[in-house]
Amino acid sequence: MAQLTYRDALNQALVEEMERDESVFMLGEEVAEYDGAYKVSKGLLERFGDKRIKDTPISELGFAGLGVGAAMVGLRPIVEFMTFNFSILALDQVINSASKMLSMSGGQINIPLVLRGPSGAALQLGAQHSQACETWYLHAPGVKVVTPSTPADAKGLLKSAIRDNDPVAFMEGELLYNVKGEVPDDDDFIIPLGVADLKREGGDVSIITHGSMAHVALQAAKQLEKEGIEADVLDLRSLRPLDVDAILATVAKTNRAIYLEEGWPYLGVGAQIVSIIMEEAFDDLDAPVLRVTQADIPMPYNKKLEIWAKPGASRVVEACKRVLYV
Amino acid sequence: MAETETVAVGVVDGGPALGGFSKEKLVEFLRQMLLYRRFEEKAEEGYAIGKIGGFCHLHIGQEGAAAGCILPLRQDDYVISSYRSHTQALAKGLSPNAIMAELYGKASGTSGGVGGSMHMFGPDTGFMGGHGIVGGQAGLALGMAWAIHYRGGGQVCVCFLGDAAVNQGGFHESMNMAAIWGLPVIFVVENNAYGMGTKFTRMSETEMVQKAASHGVPATVVNAEDVLATYAHFDGLIELVRQGGGPQFVDVECYRFKGHSMSDPVSGTYRSKEEVEEWTENSDPIKYLRDRMFSADLLTGEELDAIDQEVRGIVDAAVEFAEVAPEPEVETLYKNVYSEINPHGRLFFDGRGQ
Ligand SMILES: Cc1ncc(C[n+]2csc(CCOP(=O)(O)OP(=O)(O)O)c2C)c(N)n1
Ligand SMILES: [Mg+2]
Repeated sequence: MAQLTYRDALNQALVEEMERDESVFMLGEEVAEYDGAYKVSKGLLERFGDKRIKDTPISELGFAGLGVGAAMVGLRPIVEFMTFNFSILALDQVINSASKMLSMSGGQINIPLVLRGPSGAALQLGAQHSQACETWYLHAPGVKVVTPSTPADAKGLLKSAIRDNDPVAFMEGELLYNVKGEVPDDDDFIIPLGVADLKREGGDVSIITHGSMAHVALQAAKQLEKEGIEADVLDLRSLRPLDVDAILATVAKTNRAIYLEEGWPYLGVGAQIVSIIMEEAFDDLDAPVLRVTQADIPMPYNKKLEIWAKPGASRVVEACKRVLYV
Repeated sequence: MAETETVAVGVVDGGPALGGFSKEKLVEFLRQMLLYRRFEEKAEEGYAIGKIGGFCHLHIGQEGAAAGCILPLRQDDYVISSYRSHTQALAKGLSPNAIMAELYGKASGTSGGVGGSMHMFGPDTGFMGGHGIVGGQAGLALGMAWAIHYRGGGQVCVCFLGDAAVNQGGFHESMNMAAIWGLPVIFVVENNAYGMGTKFTRMSETEMVQKAASHGVPATVVNAEDVLATYAHFDGLIELVRQGGGPQFVDVECYRFKGHSMSDPVSGTYRSKEEVEEWTENSDPIKYLRDRMFSADLLTGEELDAIDQEVRGIVDAAVEFAEVAPEPEVETLYKNVYSEINPHGRLFFDGRGQ
């Protein structure tokens, strides 16, 4: 095991998969000569040359189309979005082309494509640069969505995403790139898509979450612990495929759950999870499942208001207490 | 360096002049550009001490563009821009106090502290915003130009874009529609040669002016180091567009002296320190005008100092204003998501008691 940052873990995954399979290449804004806006692709240009690490113009719709088209004829493109906010320009090719190609073609043409980059809010970047984009991608059948929260998850899941034969939106956390953690050295270390990870064990209440919010959930669990409340923290890691069994298991254990996510509430990820729990675990519940989300507003620039609008640990603690009736 | 010496000494209204501009006008150009420079320097300072956060993109080195393109406009003309827009907001008449307060995230800011550096707005002055998605403002400019045409008004819409934005599809769609419908819009590329760390020439086989050719939009080039040439050029174009001449495209050459944003290095793998020093030394629009005014005996050292003192005073006052301005309240956040709260039905779903 090595101590790696989330950034370096992603970098390793890219290197290993590009070594392993010549049809894997990556393109995006500033990925080559600048080493990536967040330095995830550091050293790749030198190592793989400018055919496999390609700087693009600021043409998100165009280069996402390139990714889908190249995947149609057998390459395995990785498209980096400088942030997922800008991928909204490319959504047409994701929703109208990538997600439907296999179905429209009667099963003849699959799209082994990874769309990756940071998603969600960083610090004071304002409304257009602070969006959790999971829901845009999750809504369309045909796209898979992965949201790693730790360096090991980042590496193991990115390798799986690259090897997967379908379009995968791989959403990283902008504030996670410097987070350190243990990462297995093994070239073949992968984490299969669709397997959640219980990041903390506790029997009183379940905090179910994904992506960078796993860290907020763990903070909240620590605070709850001081008050004698033990929380399960279930990090879904992959939202489609979704580890429904793991969700049902934690709910069966604690009988009380909240969903924590970075995005907006309306039709958010939590809405789907709550619906699944209602349908499949109604009898296990001792309280309604609550959701903690970003405030239902565009993200404000002002520092205090931004902190207020984000789903912080204290809101999670409060929601846990509400489902515990304490 | 501006390649051609467009500035000729002469006489205007019986007084001494440069390039056809009276001393009064020249002083105003100098004063404006110095205001922009001092304002951006204060923003830089505010960022360094953590009073300003997020992304903050400065115009230091590019002042000739805002002055030359915007000062010839009327108050009721529209300007729309990218996330790099402090000086354009100043040029269009937003108050330095409100702009600084916005950077400080205060309620008295141009967007009530909710927008920040990238999202300044001043509809009363025709400044229609800083926009954060590269190229996004092109479509909005098209719409504003359409509205002018629709209402039959004689206004003009100026759309600022970075050089990298011309590679967005939406920009070309907008140019095409502006052309076929003859709309009163000027697409202005503030061509500082780089989009973040990528040189324009790496991402385009054609020269900037050719971007307009396939749409049948007339294109011209002007160097913003020379504010007088830039102003004269835009003064003419704006009139042409106002008279119904249809859209225009202008490649405004300039150079960014600082990093892409406050969190990016000034130089690095994409451009050398020497390159930046060379431009900073030899292509500063403020020095350019100052030196020409000096040599035409239209400016003394004392006059320059007085102007500088005056604009420094304005900027210091803006900082003081921003410092003491109140923080925005949470309630305003919900007030400004929908302009109309319908009598029936729920609009917000976060359960935060709104
Ligand atoms: C659609 C989109 N893609 C990427 C970005 C990230 N980004 C912000 S500024 C920028 C470079 C733009 O350069 P240019 O258009 O030349 O303007 P300049 O910053 O030089 O004024 C990039 C890639 C963005 N904001 N929007
Ligand atoms: Mg540029």
